[in-house]
Parts: sequence; structure tokens; C-alpha cells
Amino acid sequence: MCVAFPGRVLEIYGDFGKVDFGNGTIKDNVLLSLVNVNVGDYVLVHAGYAIQVIDEVEARRTIEMWEEMNNGISNEKRKQDFYEAIGGKL
Amino acid sequence: MDLPKEIEILFRENSELAKKLSEEISKLTPKVIEKTGLERIKIMNFCGTHEWTTTHYGIRSLMPEEVELIAGPGCPVCVTPSSDIKNMIKLAMDGYVVYTFGDAYKLPTVSHYKEGIGSLASAKASGADVRIVYSFVDAIEDAKTHGKPSVFFGLGFETTAPSYAVLFKKEVIPKNLMFYSSLKLTAPAAIYAIKIHKMSKRSPVSGVIGPGHVSTIVGSKGWDFFPEEFGIPAVVSGFEPVDILTAVLTILKDLYTGKAKLTDLEYKRVVTRDGNIYAQDAVREIFRTTDTIWRGIGNIPNSGLDLRDPFKEFNAKLQLNIKENPWDYDLPPGCKCNEVTLGTAYPTDCPLFMKACTPSRPWGPCMVSLEGSCAVWARFGSSQRVLNLMKEVRE
Repeated sequence: MCVAFPGRVLEIYGDFGKVDFGNGTIKDNVLLSLVNVNVGDYVLVHAGYAIQVIDEVEARRTIEMWEEMNNGISNEKRKQDFYEAIGGKL
Repeated sequence: MDLPKEIEILFRENSELAKKLSEEISKLTPKVIEKTGLERIKIMNFCGTHEWTTTHYGIRSLMPEEVELIAGPGCPVCVTPSSDIKNMIKLAMDGYVVYTFGDAYKLPTVSHYKEGIGSLASAKASGADVRIVYSFVDAIEDAKTHGKPSVFFGLGFETTAPSYAVLFKKEVIPKNLMFYSSLKLTAPAAIYAIKIHKMSKRSPVSGVIGPGHVSTIVGSKGWDFFPEEFGIPAVVSGFEPVDILTAVLTILKDLYTGKAKLTDLEYKRVVTRDGNIYAQDAVREIFRTTDTIWRGIGNIPNSGLDLRDPFKEFNAKLQLNIKENPWDYDLPPGCKCNEVTLGTAYPTDCPLFMKACTPSRPWGPCMVSLEGSCAVWARFGSSQRVLNLMKEVRE
């Protein structure tokens, strides 16, 4: 039941905010007062409230750490592969 | 590109890394066995979503034979006692508007409240006002609009509790909405499960994958007791397949070096050492710890949360004089949900699994929630079963 979804904060009004979960899902009235968050940040939302702000730096560091373990394909290469797959970068 | 998408691509679809990790695991396992003398390396998770990832992505089939991944108590819906569901049904039948999360809507009671009424879903079918909500906020908003006496079925672990606490703190709850707490804490149940495995003739738990989202609240420090008290390495892990593989490899490395420690760097993108302090403070201010009943298992001391006295006007149990009776065995005949919850049995060990008990007609509680081990195994199959079959064929 502790499942949580990542989304980007679009608007903040008081304790609440509007969060974009991607694929056209935007939810109003997400409780944001338990985290320090700014518009544009990514948050992890569980049962209608943000349990934590996703730390972009740490996420990238973890990915890099793993890439080191993988010591094959670099982060950059994976990114390029992705852009190639989707047909370019916007 | 947006961050969740990028994380998804790098953490979920990273098959090269997954292959590398599983090779490392296969290489290290015999060395660990030789060094520790363990017959089996049993690694327990404490989160329904970890079990989901493990089963959905077939991670068990990547494990060497000696490495066993088992699910511990990680689903609050599965362990909500039958008596709580019955109390909620009674309130619904007495005319209260009952708010519940979708997960608990179909939870069966052990004996029917009245002929044909054995869940909140069946209560609704017979005319009671039961409403499914996504969050406590939604229940508050709805209760304000109609003003009728209402009760919210407050389920959940540490992850969900702050969402209730912060709203009590802000005093935004209307007078017509009461709160029925069935909140539970993961650590006491985790200790219970570890002790059961230690006690029985089974092999003890050698490593722990800590619940990722409970940890966002309590912090990775909440699991220090695994290495410190039980000498078991623990890793706070994320929910992508590569997260789980990294956690298993880290545990094996710790077992090999003989130094049990807590590794929290795996899910650092959302988990900090201290957790969400504001959420912890809010929970402490609003709730007190109590003894509580875990379905099929019984009373576990200090493993529940209930509203503190200043909020007793919202406490449904106090206001409506709901007596908490001592625990009586509350699983339907044949159901092994308690053993599945403690990780002493796999869902496939239950004689009812996918026979009398299926996701569309759940007989036991672990088949109800999307995160219940039985429901997960029912949906995605069990690689363990395939492996056993392969073994039999080979022999």
C-alpha cells in the first residue's frame, strides 16, 4: 500500500499543489506541506501527499555509481540511445 | 527530459547492468556459502511493492538456487484484522458514511456480519453508504459537502500515517468525520518475522531489503537495529529491478566480508538518513503507539498507532464505544495468509491458491490488495514454481 508515484509540481497554493504525473495525468489538491518543495521539483506522491522530494543530484549519482559498476555503456551513451530511439532531442 | 522518465529508463530498462549484477551474484554466492557455512541465503523484503518488483520482473529466476528471496510483512491491508473490517461494516450498516481506500474495500471478514455481508463491498451492495477515496483529503472534502456522520477507515504503515497527522494538526477535519485507526508500524512486525525464522527449523534470515517508502519517512536510521541487534545486513532499496539486484549483491558482499551493516546509498534519490523529520514530528504529536492485532498473527506489542487524547472527539473507537476484543484466530479455513505474511510459506504452498482463492474472488486477505503476496503471485506467476518444475524435470 505504500506505493508512491513520481510527479512534477506545477503550482503551489498554500499547503496544496497541482502535480503532473506525466501521460496527461494531473492531480489537484496534493498535500505538499510535509516537504520543502518548489514549483518544478519532482516529488514522490503517496495517498494524496508528497512524502519526499526526489533528489536529482542523488539520482544521477546513483546512476553513475551503477554505470561505474557496469563499466561498459556510459550514461551519455544511454542518453544518446534514448534520443535516437525517440527521434531527437527537443 | 523529465527526471522520472530518465530514472525509469536507466533503472528499469538497464538490461546490461542487470545482467552484470546477476552474474556477480552468481559468482559471489558459492563463496559466501563456503565462508559462512549457510545452507541457504534467505533475503527478506518488507514491502508489497518490493515483492511486486521481484515477482513481476522474474528476479527469482535470476538467483542462484541457494539464494531465496522471501516476502515479509509488507502489506497493511493483508494484516488488517477481521474485527476492524467488521466494525466498519457495522458502522456502514448503521447509517454512517464509511470512507475507505480501494484496497480495503473487498477485504473479507472471517465470518459474515449478516447473511451475505462479509466485506465493505457487500455492505455497499446491500445499501450501505461506502465510498472509496484516494486520500484522507478527498474524504474530508466530501464529508464537508454532505455533513452526514462519517467515518474514515485509517489504514496504513508509517508512509501513510503522516498524511493523516498533518491534517489533524491543521485542524481542517469537519466535526461530522471520525477516524478509525488501523495504522500499523513495520519495525515491530519485521522483528517478529526475523525471530520466527530464527526460532523455527528453517534457515534464518540472512539479509533484509528495507522498505523504500517507509524509509522516506522514518529515515534509513530506522533500520539500524537489523545489523546492530540481529547481525543482519540491510539495504534500503528502490523499486526498480536493478535496485533489487543491487540490494541482493550488497547483502552478499556484506555476508562475505562478515560485516553486517546498513546500506542506505542505494535509494538515496529519496531516502535520507534522518527521513522526513516534519512528518515524524506530526505523527508523534497526533498519534501514540499502541498494541495492535495483525491479522492471522495476533497481538504485537507497540506495533500500532491511535489518536492521542486531545483528538478523542475524532476517535471513532472512543466516540462510538467500539470495544476491542482480544484476538481470535481470524483467517478463513484453509487460508495461509499469516504464514505468507511472515515469509514461512510461499503463496503456492497454500492449497487454496488459484483454486478457491483468486484475485476476482479472494478468499484470504493476501489475495485482495494489489500488493498482497498472493495477489502479486497470482498476477505474474512465480518464477520459483517454474524453477522447481525445471528441477523436477531434470531429475
